[in-house]
This record gives sequence, structure tokens and C-alpha cells, in this order.
Amino acid sequence: MTNSFGEFANAKMFLCIGTNMTEAHPVASTFLKNAVRKGAKLIVVDPRKQPLVDFADIHCQIKVGSDIAFLNGLMNVLITENLYDKDFVQNKCDNFDAFKAKVLEYPVERAAEISGVSVKQIREVARLLATVKPAMLCYTLGITEHTTGKDNVMSTANLQLLLGNMGMPSAGVNPLRGQNNVQGACDMGALPNVFPGYQKVIDAPMREKFAKAWNVDKLPDQNGLMMPQMMERLVDKKIRAFYVFGENLANTEPDIRKVEHELASAEFLVCQDIFPTETTRFAHVVFPAAAWSEDDGTFSSSERRVNRVRKVKTPPGEARPNWWIFKEIARRMGQDWASNSAQEIWDNEVSVLASALNGIKYSRIEKDGLQWPCPTTDHPGTPFLHRDGIFTHGKGIFNPVEWAPPAEVPDDEYPFVLSTGRRLYHYHTRTQTGRSGMNQLLSEETADISLADAQKLGIKHGEYVKVRSRRGEVKVKAKVTEQVPPGMVWMAFHFREGCANWLTNAVYDPVTFTAEYKACAVALERA
Amino acid sequence: MRITINGMACEAKEGQTVLQAARANGIYIPSLCYHDKTGVAGKCRVCVAEVKDMRGLQATCALPAREGMEVVTNSETVLQAQRMVVDLLLSTGKHDCIACEQNGMCELQDAAYYLHVERPGLQYADVKPDIDSSSAFVYVDRSKCVSCGRCVAGCNDVVVNEVLDFGRRGHGTSIVFNENLAMGESTCVQCGECVQLCPVGALTEKKSMGKARSWETHKVRTTCPYCGVGCQLDLHVKGEQIIRVTGVEDGSPNKGRLCVKGRFGYDFIYSEDRLTTPLIKENGEFRKASWDEALDLVANKFKQIIAESGPDAIGGVSCARSINEDSYQMQKLFRAAIGTNNIDHCART
Repeated sequence: MTNSFGEFANAKMFLCIGTNMTEAHPVASTFLKNAVRKGAKLIVVDPRKQPLVDFADIHCQIKVGSDIAFLNGLMNVLITENLYDKDFVQNKCDNFDAFKAKVLEYPVERAAEISGVSVKQIREVARLLATVKPAMLCYTLGITEHTTGKDNVMSTANLQLLLGNMGMPSAGVNPLRGQNNVQGACDMGALPNVFPGYQKVIDAPMREKFAKAWNVDKLPDQNGLMMPQMMERLVDKKIRAFYVFGENLANTEPDIRKVEHELASAEFLVCQDIFPTETTRFAHVVFPAAAWSEDDGTFSSSERRVNRVRKVKTPPGEARPNWWIFKEIARRMGQDWASNSAQEIWDNEVSVLASALNGIKYSRIEKDGLQWPCPTTDHPGTPFLHRDGIFTHGKGIFNPVEWAPPAEVPDDEYPFVLSTGRRLYHYHTRTQTGRSGMNQLLSEETADISLADAQKLGIKHGEYVKVRSRRGEVKVKAKVTEQVPPGMVWMAFHFREGCANWLTNAVYDPVTFTAEYKACAVALERA
Repeated sequence: MRITINGMACEAKEGQTVLQAARANGIYIPSLCYHDKTGVAGKCRVCVAEVKDMRGLQATCALPAREGMEVVTNSETVLQAQRMVVDLLLSTGKHDCIACEQNGMCELQDAAYYLHVERPGLQYADVKPDIDSSSAFVYVDRSKCVSCGRCVAGCNDVVVNEVLDFGRRGHGTSIVFNENLAMGESTCVQCGECVQLCPVGALTEKKSMGKARSWETHKVRTTCPYCGVGCQLDLHVKGEQIIRVTGVEDGSPNKGRLCVKGRFGYDFIYSEDRLTTPLIKENGEFRKASWDEALDLVANKFKQIIAESGPDAIGGVSCARSINEDSYQMQKLFRAAIGTNNIDHCART
């Protein structure tokens, strides 16, 4: 997030696109609702009439996968009606002309046709955005889980640059992170192209810096593979050993049959986890790990805040802290690492090597965490980025982006769009919530469908239906709900039985390799 | 500004009420319906005090502090009035402290202790328990409710879930869920904000029942393990057992608020299903192994693959749920010890 949750309360306007905050980030949504109660405007852009819509001034019920067309249409109105922030665009941004040329290819009528949002409503949203400043733009996986995910993100950034909604409180581009430490895993360099602190592995000076810190002669100089690429290479044995730490890939990845074939093909699979899962079945070696509350450490939240996590119990049996397991393998491969606790790792390595974290030490985050960038130990942290429109690259860069439909769209054989996400009462594959009593609140998967489709197909609420895609088939109960528009089936991936990932399409954004969980084609019938 | 409370000079901030100023200066005034999060309610009248040049007793929770104000909270007149209110509250409810989950954290108990009200002086009626245990995680006992309204304000104005309200009238007034449904049948999402705000034992956590007296637990601050908001939690711990979870009221970003997973989704760590020993697969079956055996096996296999096929024949994915330090170590293992950048994490897809 460029900005902070603390700024929600005083925001004047929100544009929420592809974020079911009430279920996926419940506490964040309470602050948004407080602001709306105080008079903030709320525009919700979502194919579903999800719970935030009850609080919205405008709900743009876009078709799945039409985000770029919608946003380009919106920006077309802002430009053609002269409603954008000319001062900000002229003085703080680059590449406006190329961007403008692309946006002009999306007259509002074309945007309306692709997105299913009326011309009138697109104009209304544009005018409201031009009137109330600043607006906080919030998004979640509704933007990223598409084959056009990267471009979708660029498009949201284009909009906030065009409106000049950057570099001030209660503004910005705010992706709400789904997992507690997605931000941190990225910050730590658990990515194939960067060291901790986003320092590129292809830059020789960075490699030298880390080689010296880690006491090795050299470090690999080419970007590594992304997860889906690694998994595909398990099949042709280009990847011979695969190490899975704390993930249940067999349920979370698209097209379970394909994923399980890949896992089963691994010559040597190591799993490190707190529970046996559908994924550990395929392992050759399983390491038992310490869980949350069994180790000290830090998580970094969506708002770039490094927060303390504390130990209150010893791990069961022989389970050990994850950092210890990695250190022990390294030792057997000839390396002796000095740090012997999470605090030593953070204070002596992480915060020394990543400049944005230089000022964050355990002693400073006993209570509230600190938000990076925090370059020195007397720096108070940074609640919002790009102050006064000064960006990492100097100026904000407009990226012209083209709309493209999802890789698989409905046809006669598979006439429905399947879109997926999370539900309030469970978390991912339920390894944790399934063992915390949450099954009392939600005990099985459903196929959420519209009343219109239920009537057309003679399906009653609560009766079993078959949902079928080109990849597989599941039998689940129908949940007839006004949340879902006609033509859509909506499902989650919390339960192995009826998991949406038996159906989802393993196609990816070509740059980020994020899968298109939000759109594939399915058929629906009574079971 | 300066005000005087019980003859003591106190600093008060602009906009503070007398109750807030008293608390900030370490002076206890019993109160039930006021909470920083739900604001002034002016309902319970326990917090009354005398103020110079003002007629009658003033509810300090609703009284803005003014420069030079002289407040008395410990005169016999004040204490008698406070005692009467507490006595009435004790008399009209079933306030048995002995086995109450709230014992030791109860604000009515604190008020009664401060005012030396050992037993209610009035015999109102035989109050029967009024239990609703229909929901997954919250135990409701309306016979302990003092109608302070903190839960109602919290549900509607803080977390804006709009489930709780007051129903019925007069002395029959009680909290209701939706149109007086059982909690488990209502639209309640079990965030537990009402439990955290309840000053008495009317709304408590089912999971905590009978596990520990409040004074046996100590609080450990930590961060929620679920979504990316980073809510700050206090774990109330006895020995190695988490008894309950509350939101840290002055913690950023959540200011005490939690969701159902953050407040009640903690006990998976005690599950019998946990992996407790390294496992090695032999002939298609897992067998237990020692750490040395399992670690040696993995390190040797990695060394063999590096020798035969190069380091890029190994790949790994880190965990976006575990701590930063674990992800750091894993990427260091891959880059520095194995020699590949084939390291990623689960949140890509």
C-alpha cells in the first residue's frame, strides 16, 4: 500500500475495485465503513454485489475481466472532459502522451460495451472522482488474479496519477495483501529476481554486497524461476528437487490435477510444515516446523509495517523454528551462519542489508510496528509514499495498457464464468481455521449462483449441483444469492471436496505469473 | 488546562471530559457505560461527582473539562450516590461472581469493590439466568447485562456490523440480535467486538470458559497470523495455553478491533494433528526420523543434484504466512548455500 489503514478514517472518498474487504480484510473494512458513515463517498467496482455495496454511493457491476476497459473508459472521460489534474500530470509525471493516445482508443461507449457498466454510470464515476479529492484506491486479488493482472495494476496507478491522488494522506494505490506476511516475504527477497530490500540479483554491485555479507565467493547472476515455472519443470526433470515451505500447493494452485501431476513427478520433494496436508503426501522428506506463537519474529503488513510476533509456547515434539532448519541445511552444505535467533537475523542481517529497513530494530517495535522506508534509527517510519509527487524513479510513469479478455471465456459448452475468492469464516485450505472451530460457521463449499440462473435451470437453494470445467468437475450445494450476477458461478478454495481449483484454469499473467483464478468457463447443472 | 480533582491539581486536554482527565491523571472514578471507543453514553450514572458552582451531581463521562474546574469524587454525597447505582445494578441482575468468566476483569465488580458494596442491599426479584449459547464462539447471559450499551454502540458504530440493538422496554430492556433472534441465527459475524467491550460477564468467549481465572493469565502482545492488515493482539496466556485473545486498544492499525479469525482462530497450534517429528518416505510410506538423519539426507541430495545438474536444478518456495526471518533464511539458503535464484513464495499465485 502506498498509504496506511490509519488514513481510512479521514478519507473523503474510496474507489474499491476487486476487493471484498468485508470478508477478506474485515477489520480494514470497519474503518472504511466508519469513514462512509462520516460522509466519505464510496465507489465499489465489482462483478458481485458483495457486502461493501450496501455502503456504496455507486456500484459499478463490471463483467469479470473487464477492468482495463472500464478504467480506460473512465480515464477517457477525465481526459476528454478536461477533468484530470493537469498540474500533477505536467509536473510530476512522464509518458502522458503515449498513455493518452491509448486511452483515447477507449471512448466511453466502447468501455461500456466491454464492461457492462452504462455510459451514464462511467461518466458519473469520472465526474465524482474529479470532484472529491483525494480518493483512496483500494484493490485486492480481483485486480491481480488475471492474465492481465500486471496491466490491471498499472491501470489503477494510471488513474491515481491522472487524478493527482498520490503522495498525500488518504490517497494512493492500496493493494490489500491477502496473507499476513506477503509483504514481508517480498521484502525479504523470497523472489527470484531480488535480494532482501528489492536489490536486483542481476546488478553486480548488489551481488558483491550480499556475497560479502554472506561470506561467499559469488552469487548467482541470473533471475531464477517463478513458482509455476518451477512446478512445470518438475515434470521434465529440469527441476530435480523442490522445497516447499508452509504451502499447500495441491489445493491452492489452479487445476489440481495438473498440480498433483507436477508434485508427483518431483524426483525429490521436501515439505516443511506444521500439519500433514494434501501436499505433504507427495513429499520425500517432511520437516516439522514451529507455528505462529511458537517462535519470536516479525510480520510485515500491507501498510509496510513491521510488527512483532511473540512466542508463548514451545513447539510440539521435535518441531523446530523454520530459520533453524534452513541454518542446519546450510551448515551441512559448508556454511556457518552466525545468527541464532530471529532477533539476531533481523537486527544483524536484514535491517543492515536492506536500506529501507535500516532504522527498524527489535528494540524499536516493542509496541506498535514501524512502516518502511525507515532509513535511520531515529526515523519515525513512513505512513505514505511518494510525498509531494516525488516517485522512486523521479516522476510517476504512465503506462498505456490494452484490455484483453480472460484466457477462457464462456461458450455454448461452458456457458458460465467461474470466479473465485475467499470467504469470511475460513482461510485458504483450512489447515488452521479447520482446526479452530470455524467449521461450525462454514462446513462445506457451495456454488454461489444468481436467482435468475437458479430458476432457469430449476436449481433450488441448498440442493446439489455439478460444476464442470475443461479441467474437472465438482459436486457442491447451490447457494442462491443476490450477490452473484446472472451468468456467474462463484466459489472458494477452502475445502478439498468441492475446491474451486479442480476447475480453475492454469494460465498466467506473462510477467508476474499470477494465475487467472478470477475467470474461467464452467457448465452448471443439477446433480 | 488545569482542573482540580479531590484537591489535586490535574492537567486536562482541550476536549477531554472530566472522566477522561481523571483517568489520565490516575484517578479512579467508577464507570460502566463509557468506553474510549464508543464514547459518551451518559447512561449508567455510576461516574457522578460534585463540581463547584454546578447544581446537583454531574456525570463526569459527559462533562467537558474546563479551566479551573473543581471536582470532588470522594465525598460521602458522591460515594452514596455511586453506591446506590451499583446497588441497584447488582440487585436487578444475577451477578454471581464465583464462577463468572469475567471475575477479576469486571468493571461492575471493580466499582462494587471500590464502594464496599459486598451484597446488594435491595431485594428486587429472583433473577433467572437468561442464556443464549447458540453462536459458535460467544456466550450470552442477559441476566448479567447492565444495559450499558457499549456492545450496541460497538456493533453499530465501531465495526458497523449492525446486528445488536436494545429490545423491549423499561426494566425488561435487553440487548437483542437483529429482530430478537438467537445470536447463532442472526447476521452476527462473530467478530467479538461486543465481548471485548462488555464491562461485565454478559458477553464472554465460549472457548475460554473454565480454562483460567483472569488473574492466572498474563498478556503477550503479538500480530494476527491471518490476513495482511496486521492486527495487534493480546494473547491472554496461562502457562503455555492461550486462554483468550483481545485486540490491543491503543495498537495500530486495528485499535482493538478484530475479526472472527483473529479473535477465535488461535487454537490450531494445539491440534493433535501437528507434525511432531521429521518424516522420511520409504517404499511409499512415511517413517519417523531424527533431525540429523533427515537434514543429512536433504543436504546430501542437494549436493548430489548440484554436482550432477547444477544448482538451478533445485527450486523452492517460501511461506507468506511465516515470519520475515524465516523467508530471509530460506532465500539465503538458496542463494548463498545452493547457488540459485530459484526461490519464490506462495503469494505469487
